[in-house]
Amino acid sequence: MSAVVAAALPAARPGVAPRALRSATGEAPWVRWLLIGIALTFMTLFLFVPLATVFHQAFRKGLQVYLAAISEPDAVSAIKLTLLAAAISVPLNLVFGVAAAWSIAKFDFRGKNVLLTLIDLPFSVSPVIAGLIYVLVFGLQGWFGEWLRDHDLKVIFAVPGIVLATMFVTFPFIARELIPLMQAQGIEQEEAARVLGANGWQIFRRVTLPNVKWALLYGVILCNARAMGEFGAVSVVSGHIRGLTNTMPLHIEIAYNEYQFAAAFAVASLLAGLALVTLAVKFVVEQRVKHEDGNETA
Amino acid sequence: MFLSRTLLKRHSVLPGFDLALGFALMYVSLLVLIPLSAAFLKTFTLTWGQFVDAVATPRAIASYRLTFGASFLAALLNAAFGLVVAWVLVRYTFPFKRLVDALVDLPFALPTAVAGIALTAIYSENGWIGQWLPFKVSFTPIGVFVALVFIGLPFIVRTVQPVLEDLNRELEEASATLGASRWQTFRKVILPILMPALITGFALAFARALGEYGSVIFIAGNMPLVSEITPLLIITKLEQYDYAGATAIAVVMLVVSFLLLLVINLLQAWARKRQGSL
Repeated sequence: MSAVVAAALPAARPGVAPRALRSATGEAPWVRWLLIGIALTFMTLFLFVPLATVFHQAFRKGLQVYLAAISEPDAVSAIKLTLLAAAISVPLNLVFGVAAAWSIAKFDFRGKNVLLTLIDLPFSVSPVIAGLIYVLVFGLQGWFGEWLRDHDLKVIFAVPGIVLATMFVTFPFIARELIPLMQAQGIEQEEAARVLGANGWQIFRRVTLPNVKWALLYGVILCNARAMGEFGAVSVVSGHIRGLTNTMPLHIEIAYNEYQFAAAFAVASLLAGLALVTLAVKFVVEQRVKHEDGNETA
Repeated sequence: MFLSRTLLKRHSVLPGFDLALGFALMYVSLLVLIPLSAAFLKTFTLTWGQFVDAVATPRAIASYRLTFGASFLAALLNAAFGLVVAWVLVRYTFPFKRLVDALVDLPFALPTAVAGIALTAIYSENGWIGQWLPFKVSFTPIGVFVALVFIGLPFIVRTVQPVLEDLNRELEEASATLGASRWQTFRKVILPILMPALITGFALAFARALGEYGSVIFIAGNMPLVSEITPLLIITKLEQYDYAGATAIAVVMLVVSFLLLLVINLLQAWARKRQGSL
């Protein structure tokens, strides 16, 4: 098409034709810069300034205050609990993500859409409701409340509840990264491996896994970031017991509400750093995937 | 064996279906289905009258109005500016473009509590941005709106961006050769093609905003009847040990979420069909 248009234009001066084309399907420079300006202003007001403010506020009173804030006992125990919750929920969600993606992407079965919808559910359920439903099941007045009390077990206002709430909120992330990619890749390579005598584990490890490793990595990183940062769901089931059931986001809330802004932002800066690492991994993964796609088509 | 015999539509030589699907179903059931059903069963312990009383108090209705209104307006603002951001990222080159592109996902990755305290700080009366504004943002319903704009932005950009990338430039050239101005081409050729993605992104941002809690509660001020969002009302009721009341409101929110999820699925199917036909 563009070749046709170019040929129809007077070809006397080669420099003219591309410019004419450019203005036909492009905008005038002032429109271009206006739109770029609008986009960047919007993102500055709503994204960049908040991000910058986290680090600014965290270090405003100096490195000493910052280090003291993240090394005080309550902060340390919050960091530990956050790491523990992520260390339990991310591997379980990883196994789920791989299992769900394997069955959804490699097989054709009835009810697939129902399972897909269920996987999307946590995206549209308020985190507060995610916490609430566990209170209804495991809380003192809940289904298993009395049984748990009689056996001296605590789920709500204790670590197991925090882990459960975190798992609920984060379980779609790995599955959601894997499913579209594995669907797009089809099953021919796996079938070939099967015909050549590979068993299930060998097929997964040698054929499927190398094909999805980057998406899997990003899924795990994103799941981890969300697990460490979950606030609403964990807030409902935690009970906010300092040193015992406070995660990092809950610690931030308490410090903030007590007007210890520097302390709140110091812990917040750790999580913001984690978010930046997550975005960096995403960026690298996308470059890798593009690179590999390019190699395959070349 | 049971799963593959009853559910599989086509025989497959690949192994692991029973194990994988069995595990996935068990996981989803234990983690999601059974606890969610608890919310509905708990509501059934209320009579219809009690249910209506719990979900239709003036305080609850004020919270719905704020939650739905602010979510709608935030998604609308994001639809407009998100479209510009997606357009600029796909069509133009400018310094640090790839960095800007990567940072679009920040609201996905940044914990909501962190976003909440950061937004509160900059939009408060002596904050970086708040001091220049003639009206109060932090601790007012406008603050709720600002927080919801923050969390909704990536949904629009990331649904519109791929469609814009795949957009066939020949359509625009054809439109231009037929004498359309650039603005006419945008309105009559490009925008209709982007519409399904734009509406899907809007619905996703809206659905996410309805349930948002962490980023809102710091900036909202949380005054009952004025700046109290529905998720916070659920928590307040829980803290007063009013489990049935909290659950009744949660069920209202859940039903809305499920309906939205259905709408979003239909929208996505529509968008795929539209894209396939172009």
